[in-house]
Amino acid sequence: MTNEIILAGFGGQGILFAGKALAYGGLIDNKEVSWLPSYGPEMRGGTCNCSICISDEPVGSPLVNEPDILVVMNTPSFEKFIGTVKAGGKVFVDSTMVDVTTDRKDVDVYYLPATQMATDNDLGGMANIILLGKLIKETGIFDLDTTEKAMGKCIPPKKANLLGANMTAVKLGMEYNG
Amino acid sequence: MERKLMKGNEALAEAAIRAGCKCFFGYPITPQTEISAYLAKNFAKAGGLFLQAESEIAAINMVLGASSTGTRVMTSSSSPGISLKSEGISYIAGSDLPCVIINVQRGGPGLGGIQPSQADYWQATKALGHGDFQLLVYAPASVQEMVDMIGNAFDKADEYRMPAMILADGFLGQMMEPVEFPEAKQTAVEKPWAANGHKNARKHNIINSLYLKPDELENNVIERYKRYDIIKEKEADAEMYRTEDAEITLVAYGATARVAKSAVNMARDMGIKAGLVRPKTLWPFPVKQINEAAKTAEKFLVVEMSMGQMIDDVKLAINCSKPVEFMGRTGGMIMKPADILEEIKKLGGNK
Repeated sequence: MTNEIILAGFGGQGILFAGKALAYGGLIDNKEVSWLPSYGPEMRGGTCNCSICISDEPVGSPLVNEPDILVVMNTPSFEKFIGTVKAGGKVFVDSTMVDVTTDRKDVDVYYLPATQMATDNDLGGMANIILLGKLIKETGIFDLDTTEKAMGKCIPPKKANLLGANMTAVKLGMEYNG
Repeated sequence: MERKLMKGNEALAEAAIRAGCKCFFGYPITPQTEISAYLAKNFAKAGGLFLQAESEIAAINMVLGASSTGTRVMTSSSSPGISLKSEGISYIAGSDLPCVIINVQRGGPGLGGIQPSQADYWQATKALGHGDFQLLVYAPASVQEMVDMIGNAFDKADEYRMPAMILADGFLGQMMEPVEFPEAKQTAVEKPWAANGHKNARKHNIINSLYLKPDELENNVIERYKRYDIIKEKEADAEMYRTEDAEITLVAYGATARVAKSAVNMARDMGIKAGLVRPKTLWPFPVKQINEAAKTAEKFLVVEMSMGQMIDDVKLAINCSKPVEFMGRTGGMIMKPADILEEIKKLGGNK
């Protein structure tokens, strides 16, 4: 079993951080994992994405071309990647930031106003984690305990006090039914 | 020890510290800058010296100086920066000095691009500077292997008194994978040749690459090539993956080998007898391992992120006794496993 995941959005939305949390979750569950960021000029110009593989087997190419899970936090990324998702895949969209939808019927698309939810709940900058919560619930990729451990690994020691807020964001995403 | 997630570049830097490296001289360039950044932050705490030189040329000559004193020293760069270092590398080789040089390759020629590439194979294995000389060239394919190889590269560089290169690419440098570190190495290697102060107790050591008398220079080069013969015998290494009965044998190194391995597994699932030889050393080239695979291989398929450079060494290794085909992408473009599978099928794998 291999999960191939792409996360994409603007720089500053926490795309790479959320990706790292996913990779750490896989590692904690004793899976083989890889995390590959985009590091091209697009990273300087705004958009940003990363590929994550979580597998029972050693990871071959770390570059994901056809994800089975996609998280998008801006319109250009949605337009770029929506067509690449495998049939049967799951897509998580920050609908505060993405103002378009897809006609694809062969994928499950979850639209969450994640940025708005973060603002409303005093969790500014944690829209990425709200989406992550929804992803964990809908894919069952790992449980809440693993998620908390993974967040603990990714949050730098100086910001350890933010673990609680991040877990609130995870749960907010898990409970969202829109 | 707990496995942790780390970028390839950072893992290389941490592994170098643990291997007893004491000096690093470099100049930033994408996609290897995290090596410098990590060392700038952590090297002093570990008793090392990090210095950002004014240029790549200055950095490699600082490496020459530090190595002359017997200090374990490293530099790193990416393709265009390695070209700038080439004169210094030739001087280091000509002075029989050990050091480790990392090349996290990007697309070329010229400034090229910043995406992953393997187009510096010829440079690394054939001609990294003027004159008759070789580098030890290691080709990791995972973050863990980057860690494992760097310790070995320092040891072998010291043992054979020559520069060793880790030939990685932007993929391996930028990606994060779980990694485990060996215990820090404490033992210092004896370097009786080092110019580190004779204290009136011995003859002074001279580090030099200038020999104006041709017979002296020839003898000097011949002595070095005798060492190279030992290295070719002892140090060539490759991973043999599903090659025992393979009829179509792929040859790929580094990040490309990972994609090739996925393609081999896909081909095997379809009943095609495919295998992969993954050179872990590019110089010395794993000639014996390629010939071992040639016992069953009907055809070879060399896969590289270049226009085809290692393919020459595969043909030479088997004296062109089997057809050797090539597929590659260049400029920073990356193959998918399915692309390689198509090529395997085209080569008659679906007979």
